[in-house]
Amino acid sequence: MTTLDPIASLSLPGAGVPPRRVLPKAVSPSPSRQTARSGLGPYGLFVISWLAPVALVAVWEVLARAGWISPQVLPAPSKVLTTAWKLTLNGSLLLDLGTSLLRAAVGFAIGGGIGFALGTLVGFSRLAEAAIDRSVQMIRAIPFLALLPLVIVWFGVGESQKIFLVALGVAFPIYINTVLGIRQVDPKLVELGRVRNLGPIQLIRRIILPGALPSILTGVRYALATAWLALVVAETIGAQSGLGFLAMDAREFLRTDVIVLAIVLYALIGIAADSIARHLERSLLAWHPNYGDRR
Amino acid sequence: MSRAPAGSAVAVPAFSRPAVVVTDLTRAYGTRVVIDGLNLVIERGEFVALLGESGCGKTTLLRALAGLDPVDHGRIDAPGEAAVVFQEHRLLPWDSLWRNVALGLPDQGARERAAAALSEVGLGHRLDDWPRNLSGGQAQRVALARALVQEPELLLLDEPFAALDALTRIRMHGLVKELVARHRPGVLLVTHDVDEAISLADRVLVMRAGIIAAEHRLDGSGDRAALRLRLLAELGVHAESEPA
Repeated sequence: MTTLDPIASLSLPGAGVPPRRVLPKAVSPSPSRQTARSGLGPYGLFVISWLAPVALVAVWEVLARAGWISPQVLPAPSKVLTTAWKLTLNGSLLLDLGTSLLRAAVGFAIGGGIGFALGTLVGFSRLAEAAIDRSVQMIRAIPFLALLPLVIVWFGVGESQKIFLVALGVAFPIYINTVLGIRQVDPKLVELGRVRNLGPIQLIRRIILPGALPSILTGVRYALATAWLALVVAETIGAQSGLGFLAMDAREFLRTDVIVLAIVLYALIGIAADSIARHLERSLLAWHPNYGDRR
Repeated sequence: MSRAPAGSAVAVPAFSRPAVVVTDLTRAYGTRVVIDGLNLVIERGEFVALLGESGCGKTTLLRALAGLDPVDHGRIDAPGEAAVVFQEHRLLPWDSLWRNVALGLPDQGARERAAAALSEVGLGHRLDDWPRNLSGGQAQRVALARALVQEPELLLLDEPFAALDALTRIRMHGLVKELVARHRPGVLLVTHDVDEAISLADRVLVMRAGIIAAEHRLDGSGDRAALRLRLLAELGVHAESEPA
């Protein structure tokens, strides 16, 4: 990102996920010609960037309380908060949240494991590529959510249906990025490994996997987003527990406060998952000029 | 190709056997013969520079000696370990300097050996640093430490100074001379640089059309300026007499 680009220099903290290769420096407010011209300085712009969403929520609150927005359409933010508190006290919120997180975790582990195993196989072996890759790419061409009706026929609407859908969504990004990562390892470094008489296991452990890791972690970040999306869809279609069930159940009673709460929780967990993935990148890729904090 | 295992020459003390013996080596890419029945012996402790125009086969020879390329015909007997320093440093960016140097060593005592080797190249204080924080010259010094930590009997240098600036290159020459004198491997330095060859080597070879076309020993008494012109002529450069 060039600092001469006025839009780039005004990019606001918290304004969505910044592009991967942007250094942390470029995201945090820093003095530059453009900010000086606005007469506010970087700190002022930073405050505004947070003031705007806060004001939006405040306006929403006022309108809801004044009765301009019917609670059946959109409940006041304060109402959502008190509902969250009540549901936490009676334990049902944590139970649903835990159920959803467990489904996501199990699906992620299964799908990620399969994607990684196939990706490693195909990355190393041209024979495996010939045997596997085309089929995988064909299945990948299907938007995986389109499989939902079929998945319900196979598994019903139980736990397996949800875990299967999450695993399906996770497997492809991990598979593709693992293959890509392994193929992109610098052949000169592999040659170095041969000069040093590394055995195949040492070669993989010391050179190929570390070289493929940036790409694999990119896959993990994509996969986290897909996993979450798959879960939302699966839980919304049919569930007896979980956040999606919470929302769909509330719909029957027109409890929009609970629905909004479920939506907000989905968003928060999505953000948390992404920041965990980014933290993972920063700590595992500390050596990498585009990720590490050290200089 | 036959690379004799290290234990096969037990009767011969390590200091007296050559670092490498190349007999009638031939290597072709398709119908193009790159190395054509080449013979070469490098003794331990001997510094040999190999000059030649681009595409004359000198890098092919080095890769064959390193065991990176197959041999079509002939023999390479390198009884001991061979180490290579490439033109690029080829450090693993995800490993600290000491782990780079220790690559392929047995785990036991690896850090100590790597630390000793890094100290020898003046980087003993940066064991845990990342390669990305190094200058080109420093990175190449780490590559040198990585090669020498194996205590190789044959050290293969593939234009290792070509990408460095002139001053760094001169410092590296001094360092390499010193390290080779201490560890006494047989050295084959592939280079384009006639002056580099003259200043470092005991013996300068000129490769042309897949064979060693000319050979000069430097015993310290000869006229270096004259040798320089002669080598340039053998490389097809007919320069006016000029100060070296």
